[in-house]
Amino acid sequence: MKSLSFSMRDLICGLFFIAVGLFFAIQAYGLDIGTAFKMGPGYFPLVLAGLLVIFGIIVIIQGTQVEHEPMGPIAWRGMLFILPAPILFGLTVRGLGFVPSLFLSGLLAAFASSKMRPGTALLLVSGLTLFSVVVFSYALGLPFRRFGPWLGQ
Amino acid sequence: MELIDNLTLGFVTAGHPWNLLFCLIGVILGTLIGVLPGIGATATIAMLLPLTFQLEPVSSLIMLAGIYYGAQYGGSTTAILINMPGESSSAVTAIDGYQMARKGRAGAALAIAAIGSFFAGTVSTILVAVFAPPLTAVALQFGSAEYFSLMIVGLVSSIALAHGSVIKALGMVVLGLLLGLVGTDIYTGTPRFNLGILELSDGLNFVALAVGVFGIAEILRNLENEHERDVMIKKVTNLWPTREDWKAMTAPILRGTAIGSALGILPGGGAILASFASYTVEKRISKTPEEFGKGAIAGVAGPESANNAGAQTSFIPMLTLGIPANPVMALMIGAMIIQGIVPGPNVATEQPALFWGIIASMWIGNLMLILLNLPLIGLWVKLLTIPYYMLFPAIIAFCSIGVYSVNSNVFDLYAVAFFGLLGYGLSKLRCEPAPLLLGFVLGPLLEEHLRRAMIMSRGDPTTFVTRPLSLGLLLLAAAVLVVVLLPSIRKKRDEVFVED
Repeated sequence: MKSLSFSMRDLICGLFFIAVGLFFAIQAYGLDIGTAFKMGPGYFPLVLAGLLVIFGIIVIIQGTQVEHEPMGPIAWRGMLFILPAPILFGLTVRGLGFVPSLFLSGLLAAFASSKMRPGTALLLVSGLTLFSVVVFSYALGLPFRRFGPWLGQ
Repeated sequence: MELIDNLTLGFVTAGHPWNLLFCLIGVILGTLIGVLPGIGATATIAMLLPLTFQLEPVSSLIMLAGIYYGAQYGGSTTAILINMPGESSSAVTAIDGYQMARKGRAGAALAIAAIGSFFAGTVSTILVAVFAPPLTAVALQFGSAEYFSLMIVGLVSSIALAHGSVIKALGMVVLGLLLGLVGTDIYTGTPRFNLGILELSDGLNFVALAVGVFGIAEILRNLENEHERDVMIKKVTNLWPTREDWKAMTAPILRGTAIGSALGILPGGGAILASFASYTVEKRISKTPEEFGKGAIAGVAGPESANNAGAQTSFIPMLTLGIPANPVMALMIGAMIIQGIVPGPNVATEQPALFWGIIASMWIGNLMLILLNLPLIGLWVKLLTIPYYMLFPAIIAFCSIGVYSVNSNVFDLYAVAFFGLLGYGLSKLRCEPAPLLLGFVLGPLLEEHLRRAMIMSRGDPTTFVTRPLSLGLLLLAAAVLVVVLLPSIRKKRDEVFVED
């Protein structure tokens, strides 16, 4: 039972370390490396990048020696709805203003759970928006435009 | 008596009504997020960090500190009531605390945890006050070589705390260091690793990284499989411990406080290690070890005292040296930097009110916690019944608002999404985010001191081992690394034996 097999998790992890290490190494190589006495902007990053590549290789090798365990479920639905939420907020907060932008992003995020019902989501996000406007905009006085130019204001 | 003068200054600062208010807000928020599963102290502090910029530096740091130790209290409440530790440092409390709750002694378990925590908090506050000044004096002698070596100790210690593969944790440290170097080289002004993106020339936003890797990634993990929480204990009665309880808890509390205070001072120590160590000790010296796991009072009193003591004393390296012992301390350092305070030994001399105010506020905060929490337990139990899907949209909204308010830059929000994805991916690969965050905070400092030390020594790398303090620190780092590697070597061997 001792055939050479790679742990999927460690293989991906090692390759990721190696890829990031190479990326930084290539970038650092384009900078002034300098000497140990007078280090240039590329010296320290190049050393670190080299270390990361070495660690990546070790992770892959170690992965052949451990018992493989499954990766477990992946939160596809969560990623689909949650990761775009701050992006949507970023895209609209200047144009639409704080209130509508927060409402839309909150609504988008709310559907990341399979248990969320549309009615509950609307109610929850409305309350959340109201709370945030009172606390962040009025009480803490953060300099957000509540309604933006896209709405003709 | 310098100590008395200092503490007086501290209590006057912390006792200012405004600071008392923020201390109260901090401990209540901390307890709240400690009770609520799926959001930890690190994510909360990262989220609230930007909102504290408008406050005075003292008030904001007092509040952030309150969140940290408040979360320890809240975490033990859920550990005892529903066998689900809200914070990883209360994982041990769940073993015996939950068993006590099942026997109808939830009230006593909660009270023992609270009393132990308060006692430990009091002792460790005094310890911080006594040990901080001499350590600061030592730190003032530090040159670049010593700072470099000290940071190596901090980074290596963060590996010690990470679960799983040591090599992955090392990789995370290096990845964090590299991410910390993105932006502009401080010596030459050369832009580097910014991919031509203008917003990156000041470097990656620390808050965006922390919120993404700790906050967003945590939500994604929780959404993998949603399940309802079971709250068995609807009502908690009989809070006051009996005479036998007092007898059974006194010695473990004293021992837990001692263990926790000692382990907290070590960089990379802190609450988690302390609680595990205390549980092990209590079980070993107990006359009735068979009771452990079935509701032993010592199994609650010891670890709860230890984790609170450890949480408090882990402020010592942060306050005196400017070196974070854990991700929360890294965030506190981030908060200081944003407030225009340079963390390090000079804080105690240049900002005595801030320094002693934070220390004094810890004791006040602990007092607030014990006065508030025992009566409020009913409320916390109710909060536990809120389903998770009602909570996370708010967390995401607050994260977005918080990050955007740092410098009204929408690019930071895209960075949150990116780091959320990165953090989730890394957790799927069993890579822990804590070493990454520490590396990110220390990256620029580490490079600066390395380059400066090398210039001072005219390019001679032996400067790090010929200066005694620096050598001592590097040896300490090496020792920690060896100790960390040992158990995994042993585990490897075990596996080989099993296969034979």
